[in-house]
Amino acid sequence: MTEIHLKNVRKSYGDVEVIHGIDLQVHSGEFCVFVGPSGCGKSTLLRIIAGLEDITSGDIEIDGTVVNHTGAADRGLAMVFQSYALYPHMTVYKNMAFGLENSKMPKAEIDDRVRKAAELLQITDYLNRRPKALSGGQRQRVAIGRAIVRDPKAFLFDEPLSNLDAELRVTMRKELSALHANIGGTMIYVTHDQVEAMTLADKIVVLQKGVVEQVGPPLDLYNKPCNAFVAGFIGSPRMNMFQGVAVRDENGLALNVGGALLAIPDVPALADGDKVTLGVRPEHISVHADHSGELSASVSVTEQLGGETYLYCDAPGLPQITVHQGGQLPFQRGQALSLSFDRTRMHVFDADGKAVANGLST
Amino acid sequence: MTDATQSPRSVKTLLGARRGRGKMHWTDVFTYCYLGFGLFLMFAPVVWLVLSSFKTPAGLQEFPPTFLPLGQISVEVDGYDEPLLLFDVTMEDGSVQQLAQVRRIGIMAQMVDPADPGERLQIPIASREPVREMRMAWENYRDPLERFNFMRYLWNSVIVTFAATMVTLLINSMAAYGLSIYEFRGRNAIMLFVIGTLMIPITVILVPVYLVVTNLGMINSLWAVILPGAATPTGVFLLRQYMLTIPRDLIEAARMDKASEWQIYWRVVMPLAMPAVAVLAIFSIMWRWNEFLWPLIVLNRSEVYTLQVGLNAFQGELDVQWHYILAMTVVTLIPVVIVFAFLQRFITTGIASSGMK
Repeated sequence: MTEIHLKNVRKSYGDVEVIHGIDLQVHSGEFCVFVGPSGCGKSTLLRIIAGLEDITSGDIEIDGTVVNHTGAADRGLAMVFQSYALYPHMTVYKNMAFGLENSKMPKAEIDDRVRKAAELLQITDYLNRRPKALSGGQRQRVAIGRAIVRDPKAFLFDEPLSNLDAELRVTMRKELSALHANIGGTMIYVTHDQVEAMTLADKIVVLQKGVVEQVGPPLDLYNKPCNAFVAGFIGSPRMNMFQGVAVRDENGLALNVGGALLAIPDVPALADGDKVTLGVRPEHISVHADHSGELSASVSVTEQLGGETYLYCDAPGLPQITVHQGGQLPFQRGQALSLSFDRTRMHVFDADGKAVANGLST
Repeated sequence: MTDATQSPRSVKTLLGARRGRGKMHWTDVFTYCYLGFGLFLMFAPVVWLVLSSFKTPAGLQEFPPTFLPLGQISVEVDGYDEPLLLFDVTMEDGSVQQLAQVRRIGIMAQMVDPADPGERLQIPIASREPVREMRMAWENYRDPLERFNFMRYLWNSVIVTFAATMVTLLINSMAAYGLSIYEFRGRNAIMLFVIGTLMIPITVILVPVYLVVTNLGMINSLWAVILPGAATPTGVFLLRQYMLTIPRDLIEAARMDKASEWQIYWRVVMPLAMPAVAVLAIFSIMWRWNEFLWPLIVLNRSEVYTLQVGLNAFQGELDVQWHYILAMTVVTLIPVVIVFAFLQRFITTGIASSGMK
């Protein structure tokens, strides 16, 4: 069981700083997911923890020991690479045994560990094959197996599923989840796919441009994003964001978005004339075929998936609005409708994108 | 490492391959002519060399030259101690008869009929034609190998080639590893410097290297040939460029797997760089086997001669023993051909990323 603690970690390449002071605690046995768009520094951060990149300043502690100057080999961590990085000239067995041979383990124990891991991952039949003769999913398992046999202090995964096709990705995602439940080690997992992050994580770390935007359990991030970036990044399809202005008069508080006035419960932090961003998730918008809603719109595209329906609606002065409803909705393209927004699930961000309110109580 | 899924095409279909369906397209004709010409250009000298190496000195001097190694037939004739040479003689009446020559005096030859040795005939030499058969002069091979200690030269050459190639592969691959896997300031400058040494011709460094070798006391030992040329810029460049294509993830995975630098080099990078190593091995073997100038300078005693220097011994100032030179040239060709045949498959096989997506 391993705690990993980052203290004000910075990393520069020459004059360019890519990691701007990250503080993070990964608890023992936790499944921690780093998520963020391309180039946000999540892979760099993982490689820093692994010991493959040096840090410019700050401290990395593993189980209370500062490991800034400890090489990758001696940190006792195992990493699964995006490309799997299986040694092409070795059999699956050799691939898995390589790390153990390097630590001078007796042959019998190596054999025992490799076979146990192979059994766990159901790759016993392929032990004598070369990686070339394996499918993507099998290679993925071998890469994970190579990490498991070492019985590492923590597992590091660098976008391990991104080379798999959609169906296999879902399967492997479940298996990874089961694996974590089974062996229970500390795991750090990097992905750009927020669905993977939501489904796997005990704790999500949202990164952008080398800065931690928010840390928390998946549903916390979904329900209470601390800023507009996290709100937009977590959740699929994206949250609808409308630029607007707060209007405070004798009737109370309202938001003027694209000319439409939406009355909202009072938020003390908002003054008259404040620029705000209103965020509503697609599933928190209800649809009315008549004009009983708050905002008139017309259907631009409908996606009927049978069990659920996505509507993409145009409203004057607003970006396209995505609506997600369960079941099958009988709307045609071009049809006029009106939308209303669930106040209790509405997010308001200030001009800097910081959350002012997550869910407005009526 | 060969691709097992693609069955190799048989030689027959390869030779019969053509573009047109069923009949010859003009491009087929052109291609075969062109290939035939290329084959002729490259192999005719080799075939000529091999055939000539079986000719006797007299056969080599002959003009016009014959293609096959031929020797004149001689027969035992009663009453003569030595076998006599056999000729086809056109008699005065126009008939052709086989006669053996007893001796030749000016433009006339004294000949006898082997069937009737009693009667001697005077024949003008213009009207006789030697009777010849294909005859291999094996002594061209036997003599140098037995009398001239050529086995010793062969053995020296093998030692030099093998040891020098091993040393070359080891130190060049280590240099290439350093220059490709590690990132450090000045890496490219060092590489440029290494490649820059290609521009210095061997003749320029001949004297300084000779002095170094002399002071190290290596003159007349095989080390004098093995060591100086072991580090080749070509080899470093070739291996380094190949190692640059090995995915970095593999090296990092090995680091995570607690592999030491030596293990990464020896167990991960070297096996993956095998195609390039094989190419360098072929080059190195050919260079060392055919090397002449440097061994000639540093090897002065015949017991340390390599083959190429030994061959030179047949070439005197006044007399060149072509039959021995040709035969021994064939001998020197054989190992290189064998090595090439074995190693050439490595050149085209194996892409380091085959284990990667």
